[in-house]
Amino acid sequence: MSTLDLTADVVVVGGGPAGTWAALAAAEAGADVILLDKGYCGTSGPTASGGTGVWYVQPEPAEREKAMASREALGGFLQDRRWMGRVLDQTYENMNRLEAEARYPFPIVDGSPYKKGVQGPEYMRRMRSWIRRAGVRILDHSPVTELLVDGTGTVAGVRGHRRQHDTDYRVRAGAVVLATGGCAFLSKALGCDVATGDGALFAAEAGAEMSGMEFSNAYGIAPAFTSVTKTAYYSFATFFRGDGSPLEGAGSQGGRSVIAAELLRSGIVLCSIDQATAEQQEQMRLGQPNFFLPFNRLGIDPFTDRFPVTLLLEGTVRGTGGIRIVADDCATTVPGLYAAGDAATRELICGAFTGGGSHNSAWAMSSGTFAGRGAAAFAVGLGAGARRRKLSGVGGVGIRPDSGGTGVGRREALDVIQRQVHPYDKNYLRHGSRLRPALAHLDSVWDGLRGGVVADGGELPGLRQAAAMVAHARWMYTSAITRTESRGMAHREEFPDQDPNQYHRLAVGGLDRLWTRPESVTGRELAVA
Amino acid sequence: MIELVSSSRCVSCDVCVAVCPTNVFDTGPGGIPVIARQGDCQTCFMCEAHCPADALFVAPVTHPVPADSPLRDEEHLAASGMLGSYRREIGWGRGRKPGARLAVGPELGPARITPSAV
Repeated sequence: MSTLDLTADVVVVGGGPAGTWAALAAAEAGADVILLDKGYCGTSGPTASGGTGVWYVQPEPAEREKAMASREALGGFLQDRRWMGRVLDQTYENMNRLEAEARYPFPIVDGSPYKKGVQGPEYMRRMRSWIRRAGVRILDHSPVTELLVDGTGTVAGVRGHRRQHDTDYRVRAGAVVLATGGCAFLSKALGCDVATGDGALFAAEAGAEMSGMEFSNAYGIAPAFTSVTKTAYYSFATFFRGDGSPLEGAGSQGGRSVIAAELLRSGIVLCSIDQATAEQQEQMRLGQPNFFLPFNRLGIDPFTDRFPVTLLLEGTVRGTGGIRIVADDCATTVPGLYAAGDAATRELICGAFTGGGSHNSAWAMSSGTFAGRGAAAFAVGLGAGARRRKLSGVGGVGIRPDSGGTGVGRREALDVIQRQVHPYDKNYLRHGSRLRPALAHLDSVWDGLRGGVVADGGELPGLRQAAAMVAHARWMYTSAITRTESRGMAHREEFPDQDPNQYHRLAVGGLDRLWTRPESVTGRELAVA
Repeated sequence: MIELVSSSRCVSCDVCVAVCPTNVFDTGPGGIPVIARQGDCQTCFMCEAHCPADALFVAPVTHPVPADSPLRDEEHLAASGMLGSYRREIGWGRGRKPGARLAVGPELGPARITPSAV
């Protein structure tokens, strides 16, 4: 098989909001940029196929203070006030540029453009056009399979496969931004099947750390057998048992675990969005047309009918954990490697509570901008010698196995994910007695993968994605077991209270042997007590 | 999942082959794309949104529908207005107003918690 050889100053992996903003920022800083998407930049990922609120706040002290303070308790006070301020500033600027330079058609409310949300398909097709105008080269359907490093361990490129050309490729680069999204474990939550945590695996193989991986048990509400997770609109819903009686305590927020428990018990929960007024119903139709696709096409009136619902795993897409960031430019602990969007930890602005919706979208565009600029500056700083470095790949599973011959491959890994990560009684309603055996299964399949098959060409990306999901789940459960309290979304049934002695973030890392390390919470000096 | 590529409507632009984030389509004989990997379809509706000819239909369920399902019946889908409905609703296509211009959702207060009796 032939290999396409390319060179760039900055490689961006992932073409969702974080990746496109990173590519734009790097290009505007003068870098030659290649963006690689495993799918298609413009449709890949949960933002493109849905729609999202945006944490867009006028730069007035009182409004900003209110915005920052509003979710701090929910997030277990793990947020960093300084980062929240930076993200609010950058989001404000980017959203204004989206209107002025990408001509995004914001709705007009009371005479001015309403920028507290974006419609996904429109937003992402405009981002694609915008970065192309800025000179970014886009390779679609080109999953990265591993990072390349130089002799000092500095990240210096990527290797991957072009699945519509049956060709491998290699890009030599001055710096790499990972904007690969979170991990939703192929749950078919809307637009999430490309979010398999690939970047976290690549980063860990190069020596990077994760943070906040215990905040990874997000599940979204969807009509049963469908993909459309738009949990927010279920705030107008009433939930029922299969026999028609009200499911007391159930709710889209603050009562979702009741839904999970009933689904575990009986397998059925019914729902009716019966609390929305006629005006709210109309606003929902305009705000999120995709929310109504399942209903319209299945002949359900969601406002009067009772329809079955399910919970789909959204993992770290709506959780807050991800690759640990150690500087304002979204640098990781590995030189030359940057992380943005859902691939990175969002604890800095969300703490321990779901970054879903507006905070995640603000984080994506802001961290993307920071990382793109940081990567461009790093690449420039390398000088001309950068292109003469000798590179080697750091990929393990599927590329450089320990021994070979265990026969454990993608299928076995996906099966273990299905049985040990998706179930509500393991990942959502967490208890040590169930987490520990689940982790043991995952450890065992990891060992099998490490000693397992070698894949190449079109087979390799799928195997690497399976390995990324197993690695992701192991960091999640290791952190969840370590945090013996309940903070934010990380609940433990046997430790229902917040423990002041565990007021810290949790770093986690390693591939074969995992470790955790408490990290002091930063950026609280600016908080108003 | 994707269930229909209408060969009578298809204009052979292969946009669906390019934009599907999970690479479900292959180019096909006579320029009509084929659903080559339906199992990889994530039911995200993006192909429908990008199809300029309203030639695609994504059934809203994450498993294949039975062969005799109305959700695979082009005549039914066209007659009921479902074919091309997502593109119409987001206001894509010549002469349409972008749906983004109107996309202001309801204010979301605290979620309702289901009471013991309703």
